[in-house]
Amino acid sequence: MNRIRMNLQIPLGVPGTIIRSLVFILILLLAFTSIRTVSAQEVNPDPPSDDEVNAIAKELYCPVCENTPLDVCPTQACEEWRQLIYDKLALGWDEEQIKSYFSEQYGDRVLAAPPARGLNLLVYIIPPLLFAGGVVILYRAFVSWRKSSPDVEPPEESRLQDDEYIRRLEDELREF
Amino acid sequence: MLANLGFGVLLITLLISFYGIVAAFLGARKNDSRWIESARLSMLLTFPLITISSVILIYLLVSGRYEHEFVQSVTSSAMPVYLRDTALWGGQSGSLLFWSWLLAGFATAVTLRKWDRDREFLPWVIVVSLVTLAFFLILVVFFENPFNRFWRLPCGDITAAMLQPVGSTLFTARDGSGLNPLLRHPGMIIHPPMLYLGFVSFVIPFAFAIAALITGRTDDRWIRITRRWTLVAWLFLSLGLLLGGRWAYDVLGWGGYWGWDPVEIAAFMPWLTGTAFLHSVMIQEKRGMLKRWNMVLIILTYSLVIFGTFLTRSGVLSSVHAFAQSAIGPLFFAFIGFTFIVSLSLLLGRWEDLKAEGEMSSLLSREALFLLNNLLFMGILVVCFWGVIFPLISEIVTGQKVTVGPPFYERATAPLFAGLLLLMGIAPLAAWRHSTFKTLGRAAWKPALLSIVVPVFAFIRGINQPAALLGFWLAAFVAFVTLHEFWRAALARRRRAKENLATALWRLAGRNRRRYGGYIIHLGVVLMAIGIIGIELFQTETQGTLAQGDSLTLGDYTISFQSLAVFDSDDGRNVARAVIGVSDERGYLGDLYPRRDFYYDSQQPMTIPGVRSTWEEDLYVLLVDWQPVSANSATFKIYHNPLVNWLWLGGFVFILGTLVAAWPEREQITIPSRKAETSLAAAEA
Repeated sequence: MNRIRMNLQIPLGVPGTIIRSLVFILILLLAFTSIRTVSAQEVNPDPPSDDEVNAIAKELYCPVCENTPLDVCPTQACEEWRQLIYDKLALGWDEEQIKSYFSEQYGDRVLAAPPARGLNLLVYIIPPLLFAGGVVILYRAFVSWRKSSPDVEPPEESRLQDDEYIRRLEDELREF
Repeated sequence: MLANLGFGVLLITLLISFYGIVAAFLGARKNDSRWIESARLSMLLTFPLITISSVILIYLLVSGRYEHEFVQSVTSSAMPVYLRDTALWGGQSGSLLFWSWLLAGFATAVTLRKWDRDREFLPWVIVVSLVTLAFFLILVVFFENPFNRFWRLPCGDITAAMLQPVGSTLFTARDGSGLNPLLRHPGMIIHPPMLYLGFVSFVIPFAFAIAALITGRTDDRWIRITRRWTLVAWLFLSLGLLLGGRWAYDVLGWGGYWGWDPVEIAAFMPWLTGTAFLHSVMIQEKRGMLKRWNMVLIILTYSLVIFGTFLTRSGVLSSVHAFAQSAIGPLFFAFIGFTFIVSLSLLLGRWEDLKAEGEMSSLLSREALFLLNNLLFMGILVVCFWGVIFPLISEIVTGQKVTVGPPFYERATAPLFAGLLLLMGIAPLAAWRHSTFKTLGRAAWKPALLSIVVPVFAFIRGINQPAALLGFWLAAFVAFVTLHEFWRAALARRRRAKENLATALWRLAGRNRRRYGGYIIHLGVVLMAIGIIGIELFQTETQGTLAQGDSLTLGDYTISFQSLAVFDSDDGRNVARAVIGVSDERGYLGDLYPRRDFYYDSQQPMTIPGVRSTWEEDLYVLLVDWQPVSANSATFKIYHNPLVNWLWLGGFVFILGTLVAAWPEREQITIPSRKAETSLAAAEA
């Protein structure tokens, strides 16, 4: 890696910089104008629509098709499950009732995420706990590092000093 | 005959690997260069030898030799030749051979480098590389042999074995089962080799790290030697993940690119630690700190590479019972445990030698922000790892498997990804060693202020989801900071070297490839983030059954069902292909042709969407079902995926940036003292 670089300290307020920044904003804004907030068409409440069935199927997994949500699974078994959701919706069941029905019939594995009870609580507890542990370790490391480094240089000038150093070095190298 | 040759060569390669391990070990212990040279030559031999076996297997695949179990299971006479040779990685045993082949290639390449200044590393690099290679060769030779043939036993049963059972005769199947249709896609042809290349090339930095631990040469030499190897590994892994995403989008028919499937996560985990490693090695190089942590990261990355291969190859994901029945699962488990424990023991043995040379003096210095970045990457890793293994733990403890699906991962990782984006914006503004709120604020306020314009504009346009507004602000902030860094440096260069701006930019990237390559990667991430926000937060869908001439509306778009044809193709498919017209308020926009292919040989369907793709959005239409005889009505599912193409564009920029960062530079002059090095390094900020 080349360790030598130019002096890059340029005042942020250069007009050209702002103009180019604005051009970039415009480009970015053009991208966002493209977002069309669309929504599925209105559905007839009776009988259930495919969208209503899929909204529930999206959050269910059949025990056979590993990690494939029910709404997009092409197998015959999943097609039958979707039909079952349709039938239950036609009977007036709501989403929670249907999910509970599948969960009771086939076990918790049909749900997209395990219900937070019993052993499953560990799913939700362990990652934040470990992350918090990481934060504590990092914080303590910082504190111990700071204690053992009394020779703090003037902070604002370090970048400038470094750049100045490199600029001089580059000049000398060029002359050499 | 050919199968015997292929197998025999593999067996010889395994023996040579064992010999190389012993010779390298003896050479290092006795400090005898003859043993080491002999070990080096052994390692050099592995690649040409495995090449012979691999070429033989490819020949068997291409020529349709269905007396071989592997050939029969992944090819068929209906498959074109280009798919038959890529079937090498379409099944278990072939992909393990392919893994070994690539590893041998990398091991050979590293053997050929100049070792003058690092001779003491050589025997241990050979030991680690060959131990890994020997492990995979053991799997191939004894458990997943791609050269097994079918034999008809005297009782009439058919069995697959390498050696002819007594009294049996060779059995040749009439045709093969064919490759899984989902794998018959250009993305899937390139995707596995890229992932495997990424996996195996991470073995090299790990081998150097272990060599550094064993030899006690714990300065940053091993990091400097392996910098490019690591970047190349990361490049391939990133490319593999991106191609996998594109493949999923094109082939899986669920309108998305990433499903938090354990197989995807298996490849993502080493990428996470690898990315953390790429950042944290800079702290060691510039400040002489985090030596222990870098060792931990590379050990983790190597272990996750093997763990990822284990997850996808042992059957453990389908159930712990499949794992217990799998021949290779327990072996993998033992190997991961062995390498992890040995590596950690070596690390602990050198713990005191790996003391930091510098001190972290500011919480806002660049190295401190890099550490925070590492914390966030580790946080995402914990979520991924726990999400993948918890179903297995649940199955062992309660006998009940659970599904840990996308809602868990998305909720848990979204804030961490947002934190990473924020750091990506702030870190380039922070100086090495010392930064304060004042200095950082002075550098950050302008891009921060400018970037607020973006979410404000998005809000005016009707976007009111806080997550989306925050995401757009972060993306804009990172983009402004990064572009400003380029702009600032290019202007300085133009002024100093009297170059025009384009030349200045070009040479700038050439002078400090890692830094500016890294910035290009950051820009790629910004573009990808825009695409991800678009599809994750604004995707809409609808489904409906249409009679011919009927239409279905989603947002501004209307699709009308025009016709459906069902026919057999020449390559063994039954194709159902619909013609639908797409229109919006501007009028008729064109036709799309969603279809469903049914492969006779593998008895599997494949859904191919009809996609109308623009920079603004994709209209993604799937043929879900149809009237089998009359074809008068059909069911369609439509997805509206805003901004998704920014994801692919971002991926392209990302890879470009990695290429810039990894591109070879001229050999630099070694700066002997840490002090001088630190001063120079600090100045690079």
